[in-house]
Amino acid sequence: MSEIAEKIVVPDTAVTANENDTTTQKDGNCVSWIQSSLKTLIFIAIIIASISSRLFAVIRFESIIHEFDPWFNYRATQYLVNNSFKDFLNWFDERTWYPLGRVTGGTLYPGLMTTSAFIWHALRKIGLPVDIRNICVLFAPAFSAITAYVTYKLTCELKDEKAGLLAAAFIGIVPGYISRSVAGSYDNEAIAITLLMATFMFWIKGLKQGSILNSSFAALCYFYMVSAWGGYVFITNLIPFHVFCLILMGRYTSKIYVAYNTWFVIGTIASMQIPFVGFLPIKSNDHMAALGVFCLLQIVALGDFIKAKISEKKFKVIMWVSIILIMIGGIAGLFLLTYLGLIAPWTGRFYSLWDTNYARIHIPIIASVSEHQPITWPAFFLDTHFLIWLFPAAVFLMFMDLKNEHVFIIVYSVLCSYFAGVMVRLMLTLTPVICIAGAVALSKLFDIYLDFSPIFSTKKTGTTKSSVMTVLTRALVSASFIYYLYLFVHHCTWVTQSAYSSPSVVLPSQNRDGSMAIIDDYREAYYWLRMNTDYDAKIASWWDYGYQIGGMADRTTLVDNNTWNNTHIAIVGKAMASPEEVSYELLKEHDVDYVLVIFGGVLGFGGDDINKFLWMIRIAEGIWPEEVKERDFFVNQGEFRVDSQASQTMKKSLMYKMSYHGFPDLFPNGQGQDRVRQQVVTAADVEDLDYFDEVFSSENWLVRIYKLKDLDIEGRDLSDFAEFEKSKNTKRSSNKRPEIDLRV
Amino acid sequence: MAPVIQKKKSVASKDDIQKDFMEAINLSISSYKSQVRNNKKLRLIDIFATMLVVIGVFQTAFVGLIQDNYPFNAFLAGFIICVGQFVLLMCLRLQLTHPFEGISKSKAFGEFVVASLILHFTCLHFIN
Repeated sequence: MSEIAEKIVVPDTAVTANENDTTTQKDGNCVSWIQSSLKTLIFIAIIIASISSRLFAVIRFESIIHEFDPWFNYRATQYLVNNSFKDFLNWFDERTWYPLGRVTGGTLYPGLMTTSAFIWHALRKIGLPVDIRNICVLFAPAFSAITAYVTYKLTCELKDEKAGLLAAAFIGIVPGYISRSVAGSYDNEAIAITLLMATFMFWIKGLKQGSILNSSFAALCYFYMVSAWGGYVFITNLIPFHVFCLILMGRYTSKIYVAYNTWFVIGTIASMQIPFVGFLPIKSNDHMAALGVFCLLQIVALGDFIKAKISEKKFKVIMWVSIILIMIGGIAGLFLLTYLGLIAPWTGRFYSLWDTNYARIHIPIIASVSEHQPITWPAFFLDTHFLIWLFPAAVFLMFMDLKNEHVFIIVYSVLCSYFAGVMVRLMLTLTPVICIAGAVALSKLFDIYLDFSPIFSTKKTGTTKSSVMTVLTRALVSASFIYYLYLFVHHCTWVTQSAYSSPSVVLPSQNRDGSMAIIDDYREAYYWLRMNTDYDAKIASWWDYGYQIGGMADRTTLVDNNTWNNTHIAIVGKAMASPEEVSYELLKEHDVDYVLVIFGGVLGFGGDDINKFLWMIRIAEGIWPEEVKERDFFVNQGEFRVDSQASQTMKKSLMYKMSYHGFPDLFPNGQGQDRVRQQVVTAADVEDLDYFDEVFSSENWLVRIYKLKDLDIEGRDLSDFAEFEKSKNTKRSSNKRPEIDLRV
Repeated sequence: MAPVIQKKKSVASKDDIQKDFMEAINLSISSYKSQVRNNKKLRLIDIFATMLVVIGVFQTAFVGLIQDNYPFNAFLAGFIICVGQFVLLMCLRLQLTHPFEGISKSKAFGEFVVASLILHFTCLHFIN
């Protein structure tokens, strides 16, 4: 990656070259030609850097879709490519959320799938039939290149092209953005950040010029954004808030009126075209701010018209009276409408933004997702490196200029810093503004300290000593910052390759001798399901694996990552947390054929179902507080244990039995060493499974699949039957033994 | 903008404030008249805008009258196109009375046409 490092440092030196060129201004024509060709060169370098640093995953592993949500997007894209667009919008998916099904076409953001299907068709038209999987895998890196360009344009509006180039280079390789846009991470965010930047870019342009056209483009980008990501609400609130701030600062001009109203009117009606959004823009309170500012602007425009005609003193009286009356009317109207149920109450996700504990108390399903947790301090540094401490300085510098567009960046950074502190995933929206602000600050610094022109003008003015000192300090400061830039590139490359380039479907590990080994248990298990089970078999698993089972095994699932129905998820949670006989009844009621659990005890894989078990219990407890109690799963000291001290409820629960079924037998003397929880599980702890048969355990026991036994022909209870069988024949079937000490 | 001013009349409570308001409204109306008198384009825009307001009010009144907004999307599209076109007209009007730097009057008109086309296309699509 060192070559990329060099390429990234190129902008700074090139920028200074540009700057020195402009100061001389001898033959302008030649210089401008050199400038533009240098700029093109820098851009090509940035694009190569931003794409290639996202390809670690493909090179290390293979061209594969990552994680969980991308598998659904991939499946939906396949559906779109194989069917018409109309079928796609009307898609009712009966193979998820069994037996409810999901109105998939009406509950997804189609922007991502439509774009990749469009690319697929376009490439076929020009004679390049590319596999849809490869398009999906390489989608995010390609769009990151566009993001770099759009960010450049946006930063140009804020300062100048030098800052723009820096911002483009930053956004191209910053880990905070790479985290969601490596090759294979085929998620909504991959396209959404590009559109976010594009919307803001056109918005700033429209605001600066008062141009209807640019604002219309902003609205179209906004529409595209709405079609791609639920995070569009951020734009819906940020732009009105910006305008509101400008009005409060007394900066109202006709340009603001033109830009905002054009954006709002076209953007709102366009966003309603997305089936999933529907009438939300006029009903949900999340969108009310935009509507409110729209009305406010009309009044302010009228006031502006009147203000020009009458004396200032009289206008003040009129203004205050009108403002008070309008505020009273507006608030009363809002309350009345909410009270009458005409507009939706504030949604839970909205509350969880303000009160970090809201989700934990009221909606365990939201809190259980790791990306909804508050961010930790090191994560800021990990994701943005030295930009994070340039960021406050940059916001301060914005205050020094404080034009309308600077107000925008200030508002954006303040809001987003807060929200990123509440939810990890919103770090993604904070990262672009950190890059932009950092680039502006750095280029301001370089403007001063990278300017070595005093060397050439010393003879005319001042003593040589002071000029030497000036040059020395300048050289020192710029050298240290260029070194920081080098470190930044180094850090970005390192973080990208170590933290963000794992597909999490395939796990990397090391053999004893240090060579790389790939743990491919997930795919092994899903492939087993695909090959060995009936096409209509229903698989129960925790919701995390729903999309993967749907995408890779092509089997019907009970719950998946869409999490639209809390009760249905609680059913699975209850089944996992209950004793065998209760779970069996429950699962039979839901027609389940197989149960799949993820068990990391053999491998030492921390993200397994036992570690997620508490969330299952909590979610189930939310629906059936009488039958599932979180307290019962802890030992007396309030600990969550799995060894011989574990509580009886824990040991009896289906999840425990399934995870540790046959586990102690793997080890000498039946002393099963759980590598995740560092506890010993003995054969005496693990009771037999009477209602389920183990049908498959993957190579490292990461995925274990159990089949529900059929009802007994003679109508006996299955546990009685098992007792009977055991007394008849004491021989136990031997489990296959994975080589457990193979990997470190 | 005349229709919006009308609403303001009911606002005043005290005598002096009422007097101020009356004066402000009178002044605005007279200056508005002088602005429009010799400008056919502005008059055309204002007539169009008034028509849009009338249509919007009519649609809302109709929905209120039949006590049902069943094809809500159709009503919404019809209403929003009135509001949207009105607002776009106001934008154009602002640009014609006080042109922004960098945007000539004819360019402003061109941009207005493009924005209106986008608006009409989406609304037509929304009506079904």
